[in-house]
Amino acid sequence: MADSKSLYQEVILDHNRKPRNYGELAQASHKAEGHNPLCGDHLSIALNLDGDHIAAIAFHGESCAICKASASMMTANVKGKTLQDAETLIQEFRDMATGQIDVEKQAHHLGRLTVFAGVRDLPTRVKCAILPWHTLHAALHSVADTSTESENDPMHAPLGDA
Amino acid sequence: MSARQPVLKSRPGSAFDVARIRADFPILKLAPGGKPLVYLDNAASSQMPQQVIDRLVRYQTTQHANIHRAVHTLSEIATAEYEAARRKLARFINAREEREVIFTSGTTEAINLAMHGWGRKFIGAGDEIILTTLEHHSNIVPWQMLAEEKGAKIRVVPINDAGELLIDEYEKLFTARTKLVGVTHVSNALGSVNPVKQMIAFAHARGVPVLVDGAQAAPHMNVDVQDLDCDFYAFSGHKLCGPTGIGVLYGKAMLLERMQPFKGGGDMILSVTFEKTTYNVIPQKFEAGTPPIAAAIGLGAAVEYLSGIGMDAIAAHEHALLEYATAQLQRMPGVRLIGTAKEKAAVLSFALEGVHPHDVGTLLNQDGVAVRTGHHCAQPVMQRFKVPATSRASFAFYNTPAEVDALVAGIRNVQKVFS
Repeated sequence: MADSKSLYQEVILDHNRKPRNYGELAQASHKAEGHNPLCGDHLSIALNLDGDHIAAIAFHGESCAICKASASMMTANVKGKTLQDAETLIQEFRDMATGQIDVEKQAHHLGRLTVFAGVRDLPTRVKCAILPWHTLHAALHSVADTSTESENDPMHAPLGDA
Repeated sequence: MSARQPVLKSRPGSAFDVARIRADFPILKLAPGGKPLVYLDNAASSQMPQQVIDRLVRYQTTQHANIHRAVHTLSEIATAEYEAARRKLARFINAREEREVIFTSGTTEAINLAMHGWGRKFIGAGDEIILTTLEHHSNIVPWQMLAEEKGAKIRVVPINDAGELLIDEYEKLFTARTKLVGVTHVSNALGSVNPVKQMIAFAHARGVPVLVDGAQAAPHMNVDVQDLDCDFYAFSGHKLCGPTGIGVLYGKAMLLERMQPFKGGGDMILSVTFEKTTYNVIPQKFEAGTPPIAAAIGLGAAVEYLSGIGMDAIAAHEHALLEYATAQLQRMPGVRLIGTAKEKAAVLSFALEGVHPHDVGTLLNQDGVAVRTGHHCAQPVMQRFKVPATSRASFAFYNTPAEVDALVAGIRNVQKVFS
């Protein structure tokens, strides 16, 4: 639990207060809705691809600060990136949040997203941080609805109740 | 902040000494997250005093065997202790007879037992079940399953903005098809204490039995099932300073005798052939298989412990804590209390403007303050107040005004972080 203090860092609080890329996206090519049924949080992600690049991305929804900041930083990070780079970030973020990689010791491309590393010590909050990434993954694979609890989702990780 | 802390030991002759009581609870001395524990999640599960822990150890060390079976001495001792626990529980809720106390795994199983044993036999197509907006999911879902199976209907008693049941509306819901009322004694999400005695009298005048979910009431007040005249009363051990995995369904003997068994197996039969099985008498009819013997004996010790302090003294102490905490939170800008019923148990549900309850919970935890955040398995209540979730501080008799102060300071810190 010791890391919960570092979780609410200024960068996370700032993205919660002033989320980037917040809102709707007209004529999105890919969309998905993500739910965390355990806490009622939900968010929508919409994006437009230009070739294999994410040209535009936006999100909106109701969620806690961790989820909203994660979504905000995620959209800022993947905008302009290739699909493959986005997939790499999704995988690395998930591995960081679930404690499968140690961002201090192992190579990664997460940059400032490592402010979320502390959630691995808060099992009930891991899903909050992952939900936007989970939803982005669903959008990129044209799954319209996803949930942190859906068993058949490749992003599903049994992490205990939120 | 200069609110006066209530003087909680002022009643002359009162034996209530919260410092002495706290000394009975080893877990309250810990600092699980590095800060001294301020445990305000008692509505989810209460802590266990050393007396109950010792009782479990003594049973497991010197008295354990299977019950109601062998003729050997240990089995006789275990059986006697298990049945003594039943007697203690019967006394705790003032049941007429101890065979009216059925051990279950908890409130959820108790309600499911009533649904399968009584509901499936006596509720049919077109019949109606009255529930309330304040119910925990465990007193909603079993009845929905039954309604779906039988083609019965569920009618719901609404609440006002304070979180109180609208009794006029309740009375209007009765029809010739009403077969059962299911009502929680105390709302787990809001703390509202419902006028169950009055509701039961109204239902009985129309020949309708009433099941009371007492999970949140039994730990906090004197429960007298004969005075309430309820037909069923369900509660859990782990909210009563007892172990998990044990609870009680109280039922009037006459009703229990007419009920179908819910689980088939050993101990619930008198004789078995492949042609016909004759069921045992109550309570064994409903206790198939080897029960959680240790947990039942532990729960017996827990209610003995609570009775030793006195449920009225417990209720008075908790009420003083509730009043003190309510006054503090009401004065804080940006804090909205959810559930302001006139009659309340020591539960404070609240929302902080601009801060999600999960963030509140995580930040309070950082200060050692354990609260519950979420929908509290009472989504209809959340929908009524148009919130997805709340933060909930729930008090027990071992909590102190200083812990209320820690909660208030913790909330201030959350507001500062999010300012």
